[in-house]
Amino acid sequence: MDHVIEMLNIRKEFPGVVANDDITLQVREGEIHAILGENGAGKSTLMSILFGLYQADEGTIRVRGKEVQIRDPNDANDLGIGMVHQHFQLVHNFTVTENIILGKEGGFILHRKTASERIAELSARYGLNIDPDMVIEDITVGMQQRVEILKMLYRDAEILIFDEPTAVLTPQEIDELMQIMRNLVKEGKSVILITHKLAEIKAVADRCTIIRRGKLIDVVDVSKTPVSQMASMMVGRPVSFKVEKKPAQVGRVILDIHNLTVLGNKKVPAVKDLSLFVRSGEIVGIAGVDGNGQSELIEAITGLRPIDGGAVSLDGNDITNAPIRMRNEIGMGHIPEDRQRRGLVLSTTVYNNVAIKEYYRPPFSKRGLLDIEYLQEYARTVVDQFDVRSGEGIFSNAGKLSGGNQQKLIVGREMVANSQLLIAVQPTRGLDVGAIEYIHSQLVAHRDKGHAVLLVSFELDEIFNLSDRIAVMHSGRIMDVVLPSETDEATVGLMMTGIDAKGAGHE
Amino acid sequence: MNKMKRRESPGSNAFLMAVSAVILGLIAGAVLMAAIGSNPFSGFYYLFRGGLMNIERIGNTMATATTLMLVGLSVAFAFKTGLFNISAAGQMLVGGLCATIVAHKVFLPRPLFLIVLIASGILGGAIWGVIPGLLKARFNVHEVVATIMMNWIAYWSIYYFVPTYLKGPSLETESASIAISQSLRAPWLTKLFNGSYMNLGFFIAIVCVVLVKFILDKTTLGFSLKTVGFNRHCAEYAGIRVNSNVVISMMIAGGLAGLAGLTFYTGYSRNMQIGVLPAQGFDGIAVALLGASSPIGVFFSSFFFGILQSGKGFMNAMTSVPPEIADTIIATIIYFTATSVLFGRIWEAVFKRRRTIAKEEQ
Repeated sequence: MDHVIEMLNIRKEFPGVVANDDITLQVREGEIHAILGENGAGKSTLMSILFGLYQADEGTIRVRGKEVQIRDPNDANDLGIGMVHQHFQLVHNFTVTENIILGKEGGFILHRKTASERIAELSARYGLNIDPDMVIEDITVGMQQRVEILKMLYRDAEILIFDEPTAVLTPQEIDELMQIMRNLVKEGKSVILITHKLAEIKAVADRCTIIRRGKLIDVVDVSKTPVSQMASMMVGRPVSFKVEKKPAQVGRVILDIHNLTVLGNKKVPAVKDLSLFVRSGEIVGIAGVDGNGQSELIEAITGLRPIDGGAVSLDGNDITNAPIRMRNEIGMGHIPEDRQRRGLVLSTTVYNNVAIKEYYRPPFSKRGLLDIEYLQEYARTVVDQFDVRSGEGIFSNAGKLSGGNQQKLIVGREMVANSQLLIAVQPTRGLDVGAIEYIHSQLVAHRDKGHAVLLVSFELDEIFNLSDRIAVMHSGRIMDVVLPSETDEATVGLMMTGIDAKGAGHE
Repeated sequence: MNKMKRRESPGSNAFLMAVSAVILGLIAGAVLMAAIGSNPFSGFYYLFRGGLMNIERIGNTMATATTLMLVGLSVAFAFKTGLFNISAAGQMLVGGLCATIVAHKVFLPRPLFLIVLIASGILGGAIWGVIPGLLKARFNVHEVVATIMMNWIAYWSIYYFVPTYLKGPSLETESASIAISQSLRAPWLTKLFNGSYMNLGFFIAIVCVVLVKFILDKTTLGFSLKTVGFNRHCAEYAGIRVNSNVVISMMIAGGLAGLAGLTFYTGYSRNMQIGVLPAQGFDGIAVALLGASSPIGVFFSSFFFGILQSGKGFMNAMTSVPPEIADTIIATIIYFTATSVLFGRIWEAVFKRRRTIAKEEQ
């Protein structure tokens, strides 16, 4: 069988790390080929080399049997290689057509009409269901992704690379994307799918290349290989997908949100008249598609964003307008959505980061003077307890830690403080399976100590695995609060799109 | 074998970078001297000799370094909180003006007088620093814009205050000279350094270096200021009040620059001229940059710039090299320090190449 892409014995080194060590990838014409690996395994590096963003130190690339040099993305485009990036590269106030022809206008006069007709034709052929005259900011994330796909097709790409394409999609949109991939292959295209989600590979891929720590582990036939086997090849040991937990021992209300309204960045309400409570000893999960007011809700609860209406109380104290430090002192822990921007000071040491919320009070400091020895000793206990690994222990700069260890550091800091309310936003985003397991077990342990946990995640498995109650959020409102035992992912997925259990649409 | 071993990154070494910048600056100066037909070796010989050849000249170098050290500390302190204090010149003027007024109008026993004099310098500078701080905190006015404005407000205020209240006997353009006993000059120091400009300000600067280092490293104030400077989003998240830290930081930075004005106008010189924005206010930015914004770094870099500043006249007198060459060297050093990221890359490349060569030889 013909290989459309061959990357042979690729090696790529970055200062201090070998990202790709003798990796070979062979993609057959007309197949969906998955690349499976944990974060940091080297998937993205490999694809960046194929797309011309990096040059390999060693190894050769062949496209349709012919050896090629790919020096930049333009070379890749000329060879018919297109990439759908994780973060879409679209101009928001341009139409679909304008975005697609951007950079390929061809000549001085803009042939918008011809372009638009060709886009409509491509859209129909691959079942993408896109109107070329829509403006990007008016269409859903799923549709924006299809515009990215169209962009590649318009440029006559024969090989399409999808980089973690489902991270921003609802379950329904994921199903649609899978169908689109099948259509692409049916029309003779080849697809490379980069992911760490096994279910997607099982659903759509033909073959799968598994890499771990920069090395090629195996290439397997997806239909003949069980999911558990692929998972253990990816991680290097057997993994469990289920979180072990006892039934919740629910106590008093810790967090009480009452008719909360919060304005978003555009000064329009992003959270609308929302009420929700979290009791001690339970994990309440907020399910929803990214951008439905979750960030604004969390920022309002944690004091990072002003509240426009309603009230929030924490363990009986009204904290609607309380300064952040007061919230911390009452006992609010917060694992923020963006750990590098909010959660850590990357350019300072681990021990300073551990003390960042409490440095100003005894025993961390006395009369304005830091007790640096205590700071370090305290950090050591957190680092040991939460197994944070770094080159120079507590003296490493936080920026030198891997993503998983950075997250463990934040989780450790927020949990050791014994926060009676722990707010965890996307606590496992971008982490590998081992770190996910660990953080999940810690969240459950925190709950079992009788604390309240509010979890926000865009991953439905995570919500279902951890939550004692699930609040489904859509367009700034809670659609419903359901028990995981009495519902399923399909129902919740539907509610996430604004359709309630009775089938009635909202907005 | 050692593939995964973390390679030492020489590019991150602040000291190495500072030295690289200095060497490149000196090389650039040498090239310029050669280009105008002078001998660079004799040029540099007289430049450094001018700064260091005898006890009097060393005293002058130290007195020059004193002002630069305090301005450097001011800029470095603001840097640590993520702020760019460009109005050190204005803060110097206002601090110096307050001190000059005290020197002319307040008569007290010497120790008490010195305390009042120092306090007036701090106060003047701090007021000039806190205004842009408040504007930034309250209205999000960028501190660079606000501090530049403050420079000119100070500059024109001097035009009014000096001739109106502090006029000298002969000249309209400068204040009356301060009596030695009302200045930072001390007879024993003047004698020790053979009649140089050396004054008590030097000790103030040393105390400030130690104090700033202490504040940044050991206190909760330093912790919160640095956190705001490194990552204001994280500081906000952690419950640190970003805005009040901005105000405090600008106030302290202003106070330090005010002290620089004190040492310059009541120590180094003993009068104030109108229509001059002190160049030290801007040279201090270079001092802070070269010193990697650390108090100890500022201490050493202020001496280096002090030598260049006080030696350039001698160089000019002894050779055909114009004094502007020294300024050019300073400017080049600033340029190279500001592009220190580049050095990081160069060092990285040099080391990498050496490594590959070593590997190939194996």
